Order: sequence, then structure tokens, then C-alpha cells
Amino acid sequence: MANYLPEGLPSPAPMNDNLDVPYWEGTLAHKLVIQKCSNCNKHQWGPEWICNHCNSFDLSWTEVAQKGRIYSYERVWHPVHPALKDQGAYVVVLVELPDADNVRMVGNLLADPEADVPIGAEVEAVFEDHPGGDMPYTLVQWKLV
Amino acid sequence: MSFKDKTAIVGIGETDYVKGSGRSEVDMMLEASRKAIADAGMKPSDIDGIIPPPGYTYSEELAANLGVEDLRYAATINMGGASPNAAIQHAAIAIASGVCNSVLITLGWNGYTAMRPKPGQPPGRSAGIAVLNNAIQGFYLPFGVSAPVQMYSWLAMRHKQMYNTPDEATGHIAVACRKHAHLNDKAFMRGREMTMDDYLASRWVSEPMRLFDCCLETDGAAAVVITRADIAKDTAHKPVYIMGAAEGHPYPADDIATRPDPFRIGLSFATPKALEVADIKIHDVDFLQIYDCFTYVVMLQMEAMGLCERGEAYDFVKDGNIELGGRYPLNTHGGLLSQAHVWGLNHTTEAVRQLRGTAGESQVKDAELGLVTGWGDLGDGSIVILRN
Repeated sequence: MANYLPEGLPSPAPMNDNLDVPYWEGTLAHKLVIQKCSNCNKHQWGPEWICNHCNSFDLSWTEVAQKGRIYSYERVWHPVHPALKDQGAYVVVLVELPDADNVRMVGNLLADPEADVPIGAEVEAVFEDHPGGDMPYTLVQWKLV
Repeated sequence: MSFKDKTAIVGIGETDYVKGSGRSEVDMMLEASRKAIADAGMKPSDIDGIIPPPGYTYSEELAANLGVEDLRYAATINMGGASPNAAIQHAAIAIASGVCNSVLITLGWNGYTAMRPKPGQPPGRSAGIAVLNNAIQGFYLPFGVSAPVQMYSWLAMRHKQMYNTPDEATGHIAVACRKHAHLNDKAFMRGREMTMDDYLASRWVSEPMRLFDCCLETDGAAAVVITRADIAKDTAHKPVYIMGAAEGHPYPADDIATRPDPFRIGLSFATPKALEVADIKIHDVDFLQIYDCFTYVVMLQMEAMGLCERGEAYDFVKDGNIELGGRYPLNTHGGLLSQAHVWGLNHTTEAVRQLRGTAGESQVKDAELGLVTGWGDLGDGSIVILRN
């Protein structure tokens, strides 16, 4: 499968003092792994140092269902990053995960970029591998169910 | 202890607003600062507090250049585009509590030139927006999301679909700002007509945002001087008193994608507090200077402040209500959309002119009470209520 966007965009190298490493290790294995508090059982995303709900330091990482629904989107036409100069329109969605306390993720919608995007529609994760480079990574994209 | 009416804006200064200044940021800020201090009828040595922008310079550099020997208050606000407006509350608190007497707030940048580097041109200084940010770098950029318009478009699209917001709603905001720009000497878009049809025909940048939903990119600087009310009585112009102010941050502030209620923005938290301090109702104000980096952002702020109910901004902005001559004239200088982008400090200088009664062709008749907002850094908000 071709990647949705061309090469040349910044690599999502682990950030935040490696706080997000378990997420990226999970995506390499085509698993969706996010933070969950061992004390109050709430999911949270993106990665944080402590639980936003109960302030527990006892955060774990848990695999969650690879399905969500579209909360919002945009259709980008003006290329800001130089790597997208010849790209044309592309769609970026906010996807909420109903099985994980409705946390939201950013991703591209793998579809005709000019087609209607139904807010509320169900989507499932598609793992887009980027094996080249010093640090291979996998992006989580989405397609309509 | 309330700071209501205990301080006033007494000086304003601005450079020309251009595309291609050929100047450093600090050079422009010093011009605007000297003008603001002179406008107040004060001397640089009267200044004992400085709030610079987050980046481009720092308090001590400005103090050294201006000859401020006794700098008692040097703070920096980190709220992106809302920083200069939020700084007004900080100045009012510091002065009202006796920490210092007179505070200079300034902002200058090469918002046009720095985005278009040329070979051989020395690099400009950067903004200190350190909060841009793990979420953006790790989880937005790989999907082609790097510019503010792309982050605010998620909110705009959700709003548009949930409330059936017509394109004309944001069109009225763009057109009103353009009309007002024609009356302003410093407005970059002065003389360039834009009708609703022109607005609707402008190209998509990031749906649902069009080119004419987006503000200008310009170079320039502005400055204001705030002093204690008893000192203000002896300055050069009619003082413009700070009745109330507040800042607010959405939750979580550092990631716009994850907020449970994306329309609960910084101003949703700040507005009730500012109105309480000022002891007024939102509908009492005579004009609106609302931070307009994007038209949709103006609409979200109008709703968050309670100028209208959520989802009803179209009814508020139509029929000339936000144009000069209407009940709530918006951005009477043209705003960031059609005057210049100076992080909204030009909204404050315009509010001061309105309340001095020196706004010329743009003067709001009998203006007594003005509202200025700031927005930045993924939805942080600030609000200042001014009176003459």
C-alpha cells in the first residue's frame, strides 16, 4: 500500500523524554496501545506523566480496539510543509475511540480526498509502515468501515 | 482586592505595518516603545516595568536601550498571540498592588519576512513558543498538520456541521474588517475592495477555511504604556482606564485535538471573571476588538463570551450589526484580517483611540466602553474591558 502522504514530513521520533515510546512500539507491531490509569482505569491520550483524572503515577499501557468514529476533519488544500508541494487536497480527521473513554487521535482518512467526510461515521485503524530511515515507524491511519 | 479602574493606558505607539521591513524585531519594538512613551507625555525613565513578547527580545534588552535604570517588574507571558493582551492584566495587577508605577508592553515581529527567508539575509530571532509542543511534533506533523489554520479548522468544521453555520457568517466578519480597513491609514488592505461574493470565491486553504478567512502576514511593532490612575490624570491624553481583565486556558491547553468540549476555549473561562471585576454585562460594551487570526476564531470567541448563544453567531454578525454604524462595531481598524498582524496589540491601540475619541473616520459615536480580546497558542484567551 502506498503511503497517504509523500515522504519528507517530519518523523514522529519519540518525544516527551521518551514518554510515548510504548505507543510507537505498539504501532510497529500493528497494535493500538495507549495510556490507562491502573488506579482509576481511565484511558488518556496523548501520553502524560501522571493520570489527568486522579493524579496517580501508576499509569500503564493497554491495547485498545482499533475502531473509532470521526469527530471532526479538515480538507487541506494549501500545502504548508514543502514536502506537500505537489500533493493536492488531503483529509485529516479527528477520531474518537468509544471503547477508550472517547480519547481522540489525529490521522489521515484513507479515501478519495474530495469525497464527503461524514462526521460520526465509524472508522477502523490502518497501519502505515515507514520502514526506511534510521528509526522505522508506523503511522495509524483510518478508513471508513 | 480588585484592580478595577486603578490603572489606565496612557500611551500608544506603532511602526508602519509592512511586508518587508528590512529591520530587526527589537529595532521596531524600540520605535513603537519610544512613540508610546512620548505619546503619554512621559520619559523612558518613568517606566519601571516591562513586559516583552515571548521571544524576539527580553525585558533587560529593552530596558538597556531605553535607559530604564530602575526596572522593578519584568515578566513574560506565554500565551502565543494572546500574550500582549494578557499582559495588560499582569501590568494592572503589578501596578495596583504597588510593585511598580508604569509598565511598557510591546510586541514586534517580522510576520511576513521571517516566513520567507532569503539567501544572505541574517536569520531573525524566534518566538519563544516552547509549548509547540509534543502533541504537535509527535502526533500532528506526520499527518500534514503544521500550521495554525490546520489546527483551528477541526473546530471550525465541527461547528459548521453541528450548527449548520452558513459560510456567510464568517464572510460577514471578513467583509466588516475589510470595510473598516478602508478608513485606516495603517491598514495594509486599505483600498482593496472585498465583497461577500469575493469572499465566497476565495480559494480553500483548509476547508472550511478560505484564503479570506485568514489574517495577514505583516512586519511591524506596537507598544502601550500603562500607569497608575493618579499618575494618569497628568499625562498627555484622556486616560483609558482598565476596568477589568482576565485570562483563560482551555483544557487541556496543550492539545487542541483532545478537548472534551472543543468550543470551551480560554475565553469561556476568562469572560465571567473579567465582567465580574469590571462590574458590567457583556452587552454593555460599545465596540469589539476581537483577535481575528481567523474568522472562525472570532465567531467562537463571540459565542464563548456570551455575545450570542452557541451556534448563533450568524444572527449576531449579519445585517451590519458588527459594522461601523451597527450596534457592535468589530475591529474598527481592520483587524489582523485587513489592517496588520501585530499579535493583537493593534487591537488595544485602536481601542484606546476609540475611547480617546481620536479614531477619525472610524470613530464609534459616544464610545465609552470597549472590549479587547486575545487568542493564541491553541485557544488560550484573554479579555480586557476599557473605559474612558
